[in-house]
This record gives sequence, C-alpha cells and structure tokens, in this order.
Amino acid sequence: MQMDNKKHSASPARTSGVPIMDAEAIRRALRRITHEIIEQNADLKSVVLAGIPLRGVEIARRLAEFIRDVAKIDIETGTIDVAMHRDDVGTRAELPMVHASKLPLPLEHRTVIIIDDVLFTGRTARAAMDAISSFGRPARIQLAALVDRGHRELPIRADYVGKNLPTATREQIQVRLQNVDQEPDAVWLFKE
Amino acid sequence: MSTNWNRKDLLGLRELSADEINFILETADAFKQVGTREIKKVPALRGKTLVNFFVEPSTRTRTSFELAAFRLSADVINISATTSSLTKGETLKDTARNLEALHADILVLRHSSAGAPQFLAQRLKSSVINAGDGAHEHPTQGLLDLYTIREKRGKIDNLHVVIVGDILFSRVARSNIFGLTKLGARVTLVGPSTLVPREFEKLGVAVSNQIDKVLPDADVVNLLRIQHERQRKEYFPGISEYTTLFGLTKERAKLLKPDCLVMHPGPINRGVEIDSEVADGLQSVILDQVTNGLAVRMAVLYLCGGIAA
Repeated sequence: MQMDNKKHSASPARTSGVPIMDAEAIRRALRRITHEIIEQNADLKSVVLAGIPLRGVEIARRLAEFIRDVAKIDIETGTIDVAMHRDDVGTRAELPMVHASKLPLPLEHRTVIIIDDVLFTGRTARAAMDAISSFGRPARIQLAALVDRGHRELPIRADYVGKNLPTATREQIQVRLQNVDQEPDAVWLFKE
Repeated sequence: MSTNWNRKDLLGLRELSADEINFILETADAFKQVGTREIKKVPALRGKTLVNFFVEPSTRTRTSFELAAFRLSADVINISATTSSLTKGETLKDTARNLEALHADILVLRHSSAGAPQFLAQRLKSSVINAGDGAHEHPTQGLLDLYTIREKRGKIDNLHVVIVGDILFSRVARSNIFGLTKLGARVTLVGPSTLVPREFEKLGVAVSNQIDKVLPDADVVNLLRIQHERQRKEYFPGISEYTTLFGLTKERAKLLKPDCLVMHPGPINRGVEIDSEVADGLQSVILDQVTNGLAVRMAVLYLCGGIAA
C-alpha cells in the first residue's frame, strides 16, 4: 500500500499502463524471496508473515505456500492493519479503510516479517511497525515488498525485494493479484 | 482501499443508508480488535480534541465516548451543564461560539431538546456526534444494538426484533427502528398503548400491546427503561402494573426461543422491566452491548473526526 494520495484517485485507464511484471515474473520473484527468507531465518518456525491489507495479505499467503513446498514447514501468517496507525488522518479527503489486525500471540521471541505489495515512502512500513509494537515485542521485525519503487521519506529499507523499480514520483505503480482483484497477476506502471 | 464515508457529523440513523450503517459496523469490527491488544491504543486521532458536552446527565454514554477517544489518542474535555442557566436557543449559539474558540475538532452532544445536535452541526466546522437528543435519536446506541445483534446472530436481515417499553419517549427506540428496518429486520413494538401509539406503524413496524403473543416469535427482545424523568402520570399505569403486563419476568422469559437475545440499553431497573434472573441469564447480552458500544463509538469518531475539515 502506498501512502500517496494519487493511488486513491480513480484508477487510470488500463490502456495507459505499461506492464512491468507478469504472472510468471511475480511467481519467480516470490519464489526467490521464499529462499531468502529460509536462508536468513535459521529458526523458521518462529517466523510470522504479517501481510498489510489487501494485497500484502495475499502475498503472505503465497509465500507461506512456497515455504511449505520448499522447507516442509507450516509457518504462521497474520494481518497487520496500518490505517489506524497512519500519520495523515485528518489531512486527507478520503479515509483509509480500517481492518482488524490478526497476529499469533505472543510475539515475544518471534520474527515478524511485514509483507506489502509496493514499498514507496516507507510511511506504511513505519505504521506497521507501530501496530506490531502494540501487540507485543517481537525479537525481530523484517520487511518484504514485491516492488520497491524508491522515494523513501523515512530511514527504512526492505530485507526482501521482488523487484527494484526506479520511478518518478508522479508515476504510479499498481499491483494486481488474481485472488484480490479478479484480474490476472501483474504489476503496472502508469505515467501521469 | 479508501472509504466512501464523507459525513463530518452523526446526527441520527434516519438519514443514513443501509450501506453507510453496514460500513460503520465493519469499521467497528476493526476497532473492537484493538481492545484485545496489549496496548489498547492507536494514534488515529492524535492531536485532535474532543469535547463531551452533556447537558443531560449520563454516565455510561459519556464514559464510553471518553474511553473511545482515549483509545484513539484524542484529547478529551468534559463539560457537563448541571446548572439551570442553560436553556435552548441563544444558549446553544453561545455554546457553539465557545467551542469554536476552544478549537474543538469533535463535539459529542447530549441535549434534552430534539434537533440540538443538528442546530450545532450546521453552525460548526467541528464534527458533531449526537449522544442523545430529547426523544429524537441516540444513533450510537442504535448502532451498538445493531452491532451486537449482528455479532451474536450473524445477520440482521429477516430477524424479528421486539422492542418493549416506553417507545414514545425513547430516542433509543427510534434509532433502533430506523437502523433495524433499513437492514431488513422485522420490528414489533410492545407496550401500553399510551406509550406505543399506532402512529409508529407508519415507520414500517408492527405495534402490539400483548407481549405474551409476541415473545414466542422473537429473535431479539430489547427492553427499554421506563423514563420516569420524561414521564407524565397519565401515560403510565404504575410500576407494578407495568411489570405485570409488560415486564420480562422469569416466568415470561420461558416463552422465548432458546436462542433469542435479551438486550437492554441500561441502566436497568431490576424487577421493573426485567427480572434479575433474566438480566443475568444466559440469553442476556447486556454487557456485550457495553463492550461493543466502545468499538462502535471508536468507529464513529474515527470516521467523522478523521475527515479533513
């Protein structure tokens, strides 16, 4: 989820978009992230994949499936709502939709990996860290994103990235996932 | 993932669409979960100021709004007008001026005059939340009743909800009637005909004064308190007669279906409109209503107060 207002305006016509990743590219990227997560976390059973609604939740579900295939381990997934932890409520014409957070508790001694579709300013990731802290104190928090488009406004860096995509601030990135959007898996770039 | 909510005020359920009501209930789901966290507080309304302005006495509603505001990190001021110097009209205007001078972002108003919240909403940039105005509406109570029914029964559509008591003077009844009928419930009002006049049928509900015939078919029974403070003698038969005719006594509760919910907005007059055994019984969701009230009020404050002014 991006924190800019542009994303919340009406979707531009699909025809003006440039495809950046197709279903196969997304699958390969998530597969690679899976291997990196396994490599980076010796104690895989302590890992919780916490998706940010809506598409982060779907990506977390897919990563958990890949990890089951590769490492034969069922790892826990959760949902982390960021809307009520944002720093721009009251400054926007439209309110973000709030969702219930669901995390396996307690978080102590666990590694929580925040999963988002697009990493942009970093404000969503910060809000997610705040939200996680209100549930407890995990041993570590990591961050995974399908696309890192740059333009950070906070000192935040992803531990796992599907694709680094240099963009202009005026451009928009939209991720489409079959189970969420009822559209084929794809990442689109829209020039303003 | 943004919302279609664009109201700065919540004045009643009458003007809300079914979609808007459902949206508040879904938002309340998210906020109910905050109460289960180790740190039961989110920064959503940080830096906002909420004024609880209660011209009529109230403990539970005011406390619930106050706690909801704390959990959203808003700052809260309580003003209770216990003095008799407050009357309608010019005083309300003065109130409005004073609150604007305090830079209040959200005003939660309870007032003995119907329409007082609307009067202020039209004159203030701040959000105005109706916490009960005369015998008009009490929208957050209506919403928390809807939320509780939906939570316990999984739906509202097609349920038969029986509201018993002093309907004529009850803002809770009105908000419930508007909300329930919009969401597809069947509503029957029961009480003495002086307090439940046939005019209510125009709102799309049934009216009865024979509780024993209605109870066996009820999915929800909502008992209202007899509002002695609004009552004039000629409307009301007398307390013991009321209990005999309309109270949910232990014996009468045997008429209820086993999964029928028993609700009461509080404060309870034990032994008058409801027996203690029933109020504390397995079918009672009276304390769930209180818990859910907090989540519903967080949702309302977030939605109305979070809109950019």
